[in-house]
Amino acid sequence: MEKGKGVMVGGRRWAVDFTDNSTSPSRDIPDPPGFSRSSQDQDDSTLSRQKKDAESNWKSQKAWEVAQAPFKNLLMMGFMMWMAGSTVHLFSIGITFSALWQPISALQGVGKVFEPYKDSRVDLLGPKLLFIALNLGGLALGVWKLNTLGLLPTHASDWVFSLPPAQEVEHSGGGIPLC
Amino acid sequence: MGNGMIRFFLVLLLFLSSAEYIFSLYEDQVGLMDWHQRYVGKVKHAVFHTQKTGRKRVAVSTEENVVALLDLRHGEIIWRHVLGANDAVDAVDIALGKYVITLSSEGSILRAWSLPDGQMVWGSFLQGSNLSKSLLSLPVNLKANKGNVILVFSKGCLHAVSSIDGEVLWEKDLSAESIEVQQIIRPLGSDMIYAVGFVGSSQFDAYQINAKNGELVKHKSADFPDGFYGDLLLVSSDILVSLDATRTSLVTIDFQKGEIIFKKTHVSDIVDESFGTAVLLPSELSGMFAVRFNTLLVFIKVTIEGKLEVVDKITNAAAVSDALSFSEGQQAFALVEHVDRKILLTMKLVHDWNSDLLKESIAMDLQRGMVQKVFINTYIRTDRSQGFRALIVMEDHSLLLLQQGEIVWSREEGLASVIDVTTSELPVEKKGILVVKVEQSLFEWLKGHVLKLKGTLMLAGPEDIAAIQGMRLKSSEKSKMTRDHNGFWKLLIVLTKAGKLYALHTGDGRVVWSLLLPSLRESGSCKRPTGLSVYQWQVPHHHAMDENPSVLVVGRCRPNWDAPVALSFVDTYTGKELKSMGLIHSCAQVIPLPFTDSTEQRLHLLIDAEKHAHLYPRTSEAIGILQHEFSNIYWYSVEADNGIIRGHVLTSNCIGMVDEYCFTSRELWSIVFPSESEKIIATATRKLNEVVHTQAKAIADQDVMYKYISKNLLFVATSAPKASGEFGMAQPEESCLVVYLIDTVTGRILHRMTHHGSQGPVHAVLSENWVVYHYFNLRAHRYEMSVMEIYDQSWVDNKDVWKLVVGKHNLTSPISLYSRPAVVTKSQSYFFTHSVKAIAVTSTAKGITSKQLLIGTIGDQVLALDKRYLDPRRSLDPTQAEKEEGIIPLTDSLPIIPQSYVTHALNVEGLRGIVTLPAKLESTTLVFAYGVDIFFTRIAPSRTYDSLTEDFSYALLLLTIVALIAAIFVTWIMSERKELQEKWT
Repeated sequence: MEKGKGVMVGGRRWAVDFTDNSTSPSRDIPDPPGFSRSSQDQDDSTLSRQKKDAESNWKSQKAWEVAQAPFKNLLMMGFMMWMAGSTVHLFSIGITFSALWQPISALQGVGKVFEPYKDSRVDLLGPKLLFIALNLGGLALGVWKLNTLGLLPTHASDWVFSLPPAQEVEHSGGGIPLC
Repeated sequence: MGNGMIRFFLVLLLFLSSAEYIFSLYEDQVGLMDWHQRYVGKVKHAVFHTQKTGRKRVAVSTEENVVALLDLRHGEIIWRHVLGANDAVDAVDIALGKYVITLSSEGSILRAWSLPDGQMVWGSFLQGSNLSKSLLSLPVNLKANKGNVILVFSKGCLHAVSSIDGEVLWEKDLSAESIEVQQIIRPLGSDMIYAVGFVGSSQFDAYQINAKNGELVKHKSADFPDGFYGDLLLVSSDILVSLDATRTSLVTIDFQKGEIIFKKTHVSDIVDESFGTAVLLPSELSGMFAVRFNTLLVFIKVTIEGKLEVVDKITNAAAVSDALSFSEGQQAFALVEHVDRKILLTMKLVHDWNSDLLKESIAMDLQRGMVQKVFINTYIRTDRSQGFRALIVMEDHSLLLLQQGEIVWSREEGLASVIDVTTSELPVEKKGILVVKVEQSLFEWLKGHVLKLKGTLMLAGPEDIAAIQGMRLKSSEKSKMTRDHNGFWKLLIVLTKAGKLYALHTGDGRVVWSLLLPSLRESGSCKRPTGLSVYQWQVPHHHAMDENPSVLVVGRCRPNWDAPVALSFVDTYTGKELKSMGLIHSCAQVIPLPFTDSTEQRLHLLIDAEKHAHLYPRTSEAIGILQHEFSNIYWYSVEADNGIIRGHVLTSNCIGMVDEYCFTSRELWSIVFPSESEKIIATATRKLNEVVHTQAKAIADQDVMYKYISKNLLFVATSAPKASGEFGMAQPEESCLVVYLIDTVTGRILHRMTHHGSQGPVHAVLSENWVVYHYFNLRAHRYEMSVMEIYDQSWVDNKDVWKLVVGKHNLTSPISLYSRPAVVTKSQSYFFTHSVKAIAVTSTAKGITSKQLLIGTIGDQVLALDKRYLDPRRSLDPTQAEKEEGIIPLTDSLPIIPQSYVTHALNVEGLRGIVTLPAKLESTTLVFAYGVDIFFTRIAPSRTYDSLTEDFSYALLLLTIVALIAAIFVTWIMSERKELQEKWT
């Protein structure tokens, strides 16, 4: 990092990159004699297929693992919530809000979580669904906790609290005569 | 989020503040938001105490039953005693140069107070049977074994009391002779006392009594067939003057000769013209007396032969003092006249009318009215000549000291007798005024801030601290004449017994303007006017912003309730009377209606003695508004003497009168209390301007209770007639207190409750859906306070959250009281240590802040008591949820927390009432307590949760911010430098 920065900022050091990536798309240079691209592909394929199978297996396995990870989190959260109790104080509020925030942030980053395991041969739908479901479960747990803390407007008292008192049609005044 | 969010914030609040809400002050906060003014009341009598050395003082007794000693230099109170409400001071004098002697309670209590410090030295109770005039005389040189003798005539008995210890030396009962003693006379140097007076209306009696032992020496009696009127006046040591029964002749009585000689002189014989009936002025001028004929004052001299001679006639005279003897046996008296806008004070020698000792004219505020009393005193000027000072009492009850043609000091004693209070906003601030002010005092401002900074950095020395404290107390913010952001500064419009209206600034308590109401002054048609009450007439906001607010003052010509009414409308910014109406009809009730016209004038109904309603303002627009709501306007009257409450409804225009603003009413209902067992002793209603934030009350486990909030709720307390008087008159078995909650529209009794073995006096306050009342429990021998809360059951079914979410409910739709909503009440009682003089409740702008009760204790202090202590849902062992809600475990008595005295170390002597006003800041209530003293403060029942407190250190905050910014810059520069260095390596 130091060096790179040095190049950019100072410009004192220099380098030439010999690798040319742009060759592959433009195949204007003929293959050398005796080189058969297809045979090499086929030759390679057996070896690489095994390798790729293993990789995709590994990937899907990993994806499932990742998908199941929120479950542990869920249990952990449940335990924490149980510990926090049902009275409103700083600790319980903190835990509840983190319990709400974690699933939401995880759901927002579903794509990112499964990015490394993206493969044409790996079916990520299952793990993704599981991941989403578990996170939704976590969210539900958070909401339930919020409700047990009494912070959700699910009761009549939450809705009538700001209603002004009803007006009376009749008006009366008077009292003991002034003396 | 409703409740949830509120709960959350409440929790945060709990974190920020300590759990216990106690109103308390630090020592250096005293005087920051409160002010206290001490008064004595209208002076009845004054006695000077001006020795050659020492402080010059004057002892006064007042109509508010106060005995006080004032400093003559500045007029401040040296000491003061407020006697009980039925302990009126009859006479005051100074004995032996060290005691102030007072005779009070219709002559039955004689007390001596130590002059320098006001401690009571002795007190004697004088026995007697008859009601009679109370006379106090302190004869000079009448010595007994123990000091000088004080002669007191009271209750038909003549007492001689020792001035040393108050022991009654002898007494002579004259009550058997049925004489109305008018004067106690002791000729100078003699051992004889004369008690003179009338028997019946036409017999004059004189008793000669030995001053040493009280033995009757001689009794003389004579008939005067024409009869006497009024008082006897002592002109010289042997001649008395009185009026005959027709008030057209003066009668001189010579009683010291062998027999009593009457000499009748017709007024027209000595005064050329006839001016109507004569009134003798009670001023004691030796050898002379003054008679008033309407506006004319005639001084008449009694010659040695007993002939009457007119000395002078004065047209504008206002008051005459008693004669005062000064050097070489000369006697002088003061005469005060009104000339234009000035008062003319003339000192005259009694024996030489033509030479004036002194003639001074003093400019006088017109709003002080006429001079009513004058007391004089002499002093020796620096050039050894004789000087006079005069203490004058004005029509507005104020007390002024005049000396050398100037007002040395004045005291607004009218404020000691406040009748009613209302409030007015200050004008909105106009741009451009403030800038000039700041520029002018920029240096001062800078100096102040440097001092404050020193204070916060704890660099200030004791002098600086004193200066800072002084600055805080005299902050110019407090006396600003414009509306402030928090709504703390308002005008208190105060009506006093003298018929004067004062506007007091709530910031520092100064009088902004005062107005002696012309409609409440004595005049030919209005003999004894009394102010009744003051109402907010016009409170401009929104579309009528350019109008000044005004108040309505209701007064009456005579004290009886069928006397014609006098109305005044007063602009509260300028203090000028806008218009006045008088002598139209009588007034038994004033009912402010909840409607205003297009200029924000509030509609008022005045109910007269014939039960006609008169509408004000008298405009067609007002009639239009009233007609629109005509069938919904009711009124009720509480006839405490008959034990009846009647409800009425307006019906039609008055018949037989061409007054379209007059309406008749019809009786709708009446509640008759059984006269043998119940007598109405107290009522309470909700304050008209009280704001209730919501009807619903969330209780534990998220349930809702709906408060029964009605403006037409009346609390009535009745007590057994036998127990409605003093304590000890009734046994617990026969006294019983019954309380009612009555709907004043339909006459429906919502709730009735009986407290057996209890009695009044009852003090009650009704607010929102609860009433708190204070009474005496005869069985427990303790005072009790009860709370009664009333809840509406008809809305309990509104439980469906979804309906509430989409707004499909009838909770805010107008309701009629004829729908007879089902109610349920809860109540609870607690013991309370103090007896109570007044009780009030805090009120805030939106009604969100929790309430506190303000209790005026017997010690003339104001105690703030959280409403949470008076909650019928308190139980011995509240559940967790209830505790969370803030319910306090039940105790049998209410706690009195010393820090919660709103008046802290001060006393509001003679406390009569407490008024609360909402500030604009929701957390804050303004409190005004009045009695003989007046006191103002602002309190925050749930602490100032919506603003930073007064002791919040802005300087520290600023300092922290500056320090943080500096730290950011320093670290940034340091990191830059370090990075650069690293790059070089």
